[in-house]
Amino acid sequence: MTMEAYRYEDGSITYPGHTIGPNGSEPVGTVDLSEYEAEVITWTNSTATPPGVRQPNALAIVEFDVDGESVRAIGQLTTDDVETGETVRPVYVEELRDPEAGIKEPESQDWDGYRFEPV
Amino acid sequence: MDRVAVIGASMTEFGQRDSWVMDLLAEAGEACLDDAGVAPHEVEHLYVSNMASGEFEGQTGVMNALAHDLDVLPAYSQRVDQTSSSGGAGIYAAWQSIASGASDMTLLVGGEKMTHRTTGEATDVIASITHPVEYKHGVTLPSFAGLTARHYLERYDAPRESLAKVAVKNHRNGLDNPHAQFQKEVDLETVMESPIVADPLRLYDFCPITDGSAALMFCPESVAEQYTDDYAIVTGVAGATDTHVVHEREDPTVMGGVVESGKQAYEMADLEPEDVDVAELHDMFTILEFLQMEGLGFAEPGSAWERVEAGETEIDGELPINTSGGLKSKGHPLGASGVAQGYEIYAQLVGEAGDRQVDADVGLACNVGGFGNCVITTIMEAAE
Repeated sequence: MTMEAYRYEDGSITYPGHTIGPNGSEPVGTVDLSEYEAEVITWTNSTATPPGVRQPNALAIVEFDVDGESVRAIGQLTTDDVETGETVRPVYVEELRDPEAGIKEPESQDWDGYRFEPV
Repeated sequence: MDRVAVIGASMTEFGQRDSWVMDLLAEAGEACLDDAGVAPHEVEHLYVSNMASGEFEGQTGVMNALAHDLDVLPAYSQRVDQTSSSGGAGIYAAWQSIASGASDMTLLVGGEKMTHRTTGEATDVIASITHPVEYKHGVTLPSFAGLTARHYLERYDAPRESLAKVAVKNHRNGLDNPHAQFQKEVDLETVMESPIVADPLRLYDFCPITDGSAALMFCPESVAEQYTDDYAIVTGVAGATDTHVVHEREDPTVMGGVVESGKQAYEMADLEPEDVDVAELHDMFTILEFLQMEGLGFAEPGSAWERVEAGETEIDGELPINTSGGLKSKGHPLGASGVAQGYEIYAQLVGEAGDRQVDADVGLACNVGGFGNCVITTIMEAAE
């Protein structure tokens, strides 16, 4: 399992990847963001969660610096004891929410991924 | 070119209703025909704004069912789904049908039935619009609001109470709206001490889950004059789309769809933000009222909270915002909300807003789908 972002012709990086990237540029490679640390841009602790989601659910938008190119991601936090500007690292989790409990077909997407843990 | 007029409007009581979606749509549709003085056989196009009747209650094909139920056959009928902005998208579709000459009489009905689902289930239906990398983390629209509100407050050093004042204002306005789900005043302390939903936002920063329907009747201005002297003109309407993945936006406090649709609607109407007398903004969450005020040019970036603190958006202020009570107090039956915004602006322009009437010749409605993913901005002016 990797946290795969796409790198495009113009040097930009997005997570997740897109068929066509920013400014109409084509994907030319991938970057595994799980190998990088990131900075917390903002966070929340959500108490009203849908079926199959832990309660409460601490979430953050974080920003990675990949060789001078910034790329953002969203994900669960391992703790709600976090501050804006704090450094975090991705930690692998086998199942982020119960695939059987929500409205989406369990087979329609993957359910593992990375939580962000303060460094 | 003949301008596009709105000659009638209706909305059902919003709230927890015993009726299912088809009954709600029919209730508003029939009332709109009556209000406009239009016979069913005169309707040439029927648009039904609805986000998720299939997911909520297993009812699909609502446009055909409503066309038959209202006896507008053989009118062309189409369901319009653009998530929470389905109502605004319906206004755009109805405007296009008249402006293109395809129809001389178009009925738009928006509606949703939601309250039979638990809050968690309804939240999940709405959250299904998110990208898989968001959905698997349990990201919901309320959590986007919490993330954005924290960023806004920290970046602009805005007081937390300024968001609560949006809720207080809109609840106060809802007191005078007989259709509103909550006709109940709340004070600042109640909002600030309500349970946390998505930190720093609390229960009263969020709109409720709602059943309801609303409708508008459109026709060319030359036809409108055969029905009434009091009508409104759609002088600007535009839609725009922002990123599906919310965290990819360069500035989390800017909704590109609001900015772009507003810019296009102003250009079409040949108006500036200063010309707007009354506005209905999509306050699904209190923070959205700030973001739309700034995106539509009613406030500089980072300063909407100052206008709210100064009371300028109160019903007797310089720019009354959400005289209807907004989604916050009136309720948010997804597919109906954009149409209900149009209902409020129409009512204000033709002088039928009752106890919440303001002095207005130009009104604007901004209907937001997702977390700013799809946006429709509509400008209406009173007919002279």
